[in-house]
Amino acid sequence: MSLPVIEISSPELTSQDPAKQDPASNTTAATNANLASSSHQAPGKRLWKRFKRHKLGFYSLIIFVSLYVFTLAGELVSNDKPLVIYYEKQWYFPLLKDYPEAEFGGNLPIQADYHDPFIQAQLDKPGNFVLYAPNPYYYDTLNYFSETDHYPGPPDHDNKLGTDIAGYDITARLIYGFRVSVTFALGLTLVGTILGIAIGAIQGFFVGRVDLVTQRLIEIWGSMPELYLLIIFASVFEPTLSLLFILLSLFGWIHLSDYVRAEFLRNRQLEYVKAARALGLSNSQIIWRHILPNSLTPVITFLPFRMSAAIMALASLDFLGMGVTAPAPSLGQLLLQGKENLDAWWIALSAFSVLVLTLLLLTFMGEALRNALDTRIADEQPDAEPQADTILAPLKTGAA
Amino acid sequence: MTQPLLALENVSIHFGNKRVVDNLNLELRAGERLALVGESGSGKTVTALSILRLLPQTRISGRILFNGENLVAKSDDALRQVRGADIAMVFQEPMSALNPLYTIGAQIAESLMLHEGLTRAQARVRTISLLERTGIREPERRVDSFPHQLSGGQLQRAVIAMALACNPRVLIADEPTTALDVTVRARIVKLLIDLQEQGLTRHNGEPMAILLITHDLNLVRRFAQRVAVIEKGKLVESGETETLFAAPQHPYTIKLINSIPVRNLQNVSPQAPLLLETRRLRVEYPKKRQGIAAWWGSDRFVALASANIELRQGETIGIVGESGSGKSTLSQAILQLIRSAAGEIEFEGAPLASLSKSRIRQLRSRLQVVFQDPFGSLSPRQTVSQIIGEGLALHFPELSAEQRYQRIAQVLQEVGLPLTALDAYPHEFSGGQRQRIAIARAVVLEPKVLILDEPTSALDVSIQNQVLKLLLGLQQKYGLSYVLITHDLSVVNALAHRVYVLKDGEIVEHGETEALMASPANPYTQALVQASL
Repeated sequence: MSLPVIEISSPELTSQDPAKQDPASNTTAATNANLASSSHQAPGKRLWKRFKRHKLGFYSLIIFVSLYVFTLAGELVSNDKPLVIYYEKQWYFPLLKDYPEAEFGGNLPIQADYHDPFIQAQLDKPGNFVLYAPNPYYYDTLNYFSETDHYPGPPDHDNKLGTDIAGYDITARLIYGFRVSVTFALGLTLVGTILGIAIGAIQGFFVGRVDLVTQRLIEIWGSMPELYLLIIFASVFEPTLSLLFILLSLFGWIHLSDYVRAEFLRNRQLEYVKAARALGLSNSQIIWRHILPNSLTPVITFLPFRMSAAIMALASLDFLGMGVTAPAPSLGQLLLQGKENLDAWWIALSAFSVLVLTLLLLTFMGEALRNALDTRIADEQPDAEPQADTILAPLKTGAA
Repeated sequence: MTQPLLALENVSIHFGNKRVVDNLNLELRAGERLALVGESGSGKTVTALSILRLLPQTRISGRILFNGENLVAKSDDALRQVRGADIAMVFQEPMSALNPLYTIGAQIAESLMLHEGLTRAQARVRTISLLERTGIREPERRVDSFPHQLSGGQLQRAVIAMALACNPRVLIADEPTTALDVTVRARIVKLLIDLQEQGLTRHNGEPMAILLITHDLNLVRRFAQRVAVIEKGKLVESGETETLFAAPQHPYTIKLINSIPVRNLQNVSPQAPLLLETRRLRVEYPKKRQGIAAWWGSDRFVALASANIELRQGETIGIVGESGSGKSTLSQAILQLIRSAAGEIEFEGAPLASLSKSRIRQLRSRLQVVFQDPFGSLSPRQTVSQIIGEGLALHFPELSAEQRYQRIAQVLQEVGLPLTALDAYPHEFSGGQRQRIAIARAVVLEPKVLILDEPTSALDVSIQNQVLKLLLGLQQKYGLSYVLITHDLSVVNALAHRVYVLKDGEIVEHGETEALMASPANPYTQALVQASL
């Protein structure tokens, strides 16, 4: 999840023409031999290379992205509607279109329930063909024809991970719950990061009065009791994902803006910014081209951790009963059900495992990203040895 | 003397697989002042630190004999007895060599109590006498000062006092004066020589030996009795200072000694048009008041008071002064990076104050700057062609991409970099190459005036010379005018037609470079000239 954001944040890095990066090695100057021999890596590319070297984090990223892509295609995997039906020499696509029961030999003009043994028998007649989703439940599917006599039902051959207290299939709810959590977290991180960068950048670049006033406003804003506000809003409005999203976004940027502000304060003093000003660049050009790309280290480092914090925030709100209401899929709600029905061990165990796995993957990615951004750890290229300068740095003194 | 006090025999030092010091042989006799000279990356600091095995990541082979004992083979505990007590070190930056949370007295007393077993009260008395010997005024009061309360020179004296606390037999001084101002440097060097020659640090009747690590040849000449020159981890030459300077043998030594820049200037006709002029220029910074008074506004700190300078076409003026003298403030005021409180700046005959913002932005292409720090002055996330092309795109929007590329390529050639550098990022270049890029960024706009803010002080001596030659060549080719801001009189001597000497925000003396250097009138200028000879 980290990579796209890196690319967004430093536009000129990605706009490099790959052909131009070719190390043309036809130079003659001996003193510049090192330029010709090494390929010119953009800092973003170098970061990616260093990230890849951290195996645990890299594989975590791959697993996380595949999991998310998998759940994005959840409708194909976990759905109460069959994917394709060939019935009486005609093709049907229940995923895209609702068909009444009457189409398949039933009596009623209402939507077909594909768990109905009668419909299933109709579809299974010779000459017909039906392709069910691997897990034939949507997150809000109630199977009225189930053999389970009471809910929550333990894992069996129909519901591989059992059902929850309302009779929903847990596998389906985990798949959709993961999808909702990660999408929510991605959105929250994106909005929080953009807001944090924008506000921190304004403070750090214009300093003085602007900084002072904004900082006081942020302190006031940050001292508002976020949880109470959520409780109040949850009691006034019907809590929906979008409402939670807006409320959490309002507070999500506060700490990030401090980091960006500090980076801006440092970078605006550096000589390349002075040089840019002496060139006559405008403020926005200086911010956009010079300071911003060099101020993103803390932002990027925190991205996975912000993601996991956002996932946790949504889960805790749902757990506390202030989040979205059933039948919306939610990992926090499953945890709550698990806590209230400790004998139904399959609920707590599965929800807990998914949450822990998600957070672990994000933490590993965060660790890898932090190492990749830590310039004190040298690039371990076969031709490049650790620099004496970097090793000496703590002992030598910071002259110049 | 028969046996050397400290001897390095076939010492090689590795960082991982990289050999940074290669078969080094070095001898330091008791009471001797030996200088280890080399450029950055030559392995001189690594050698010094490795004598006390202060770099845990390194692998040391060979023998380091101190008083007949091999330090390489010693256990860590045994080595700690040597560190500080028999062999002491002085580092480059006094501010970071001292812990900011303790008073300097506490830090000096610490090593006395550790190595000599003194009580706190005894240690304090010794500390005060040590501070007195290293020339700190009012030692009874200063002993309770925190590092931030002392100036750089005083701090370095405190660090030296700390090193001398246990009467070491060898003092290793790693660039002890590099971070200090020129006049302070001279005094620290004199202090070290005095301390040794007066025999104040006698150990069993023999004087202390000093190993000086430096790149500064002036310092070596004044200080050392013997010199060892090191290049890329190899000892290339060693000998008595006088003989070595008079007749260097190895080409690297010759290169180093010849790297003191030479003056080779074309005269400027007095009729050349006046390009830049400041009249009674004054710059103030707000200064925080103490306590409650800060609520009612701030005091003014005058960084520059009433500066008058003139610059003609094709001329170089040197602005000389120590840190805090206001020379960088002057350059930034001319560049309009900070606002001036009073006075006028005229560029090409037009007062800058009367011009609109957009006019000033246009003017910037003719008034460019090269900064001191070649690592900080280039944005690490832009390629060289982006760095150089940025100003072109802004000031010459009429150029097509192809024409812009031509200009960039041409200027790159001009500053002596290959075309392959175009798509490289700053981190791939050495300090000297980066400074060339910074010069290219300024020169590509075809400026009339180039402000050089300490352009060579972060560079090695031999590279410094190359950059100066490049600047001279550009000046002669394009008739550029330079405002050269520096603390290094040898650079001024090589490049500047006229000099302004700044002290505490005021121009104390100005005139033709050669005349002024030969017979400075102001006592401050005299001290500066004296210190840099």
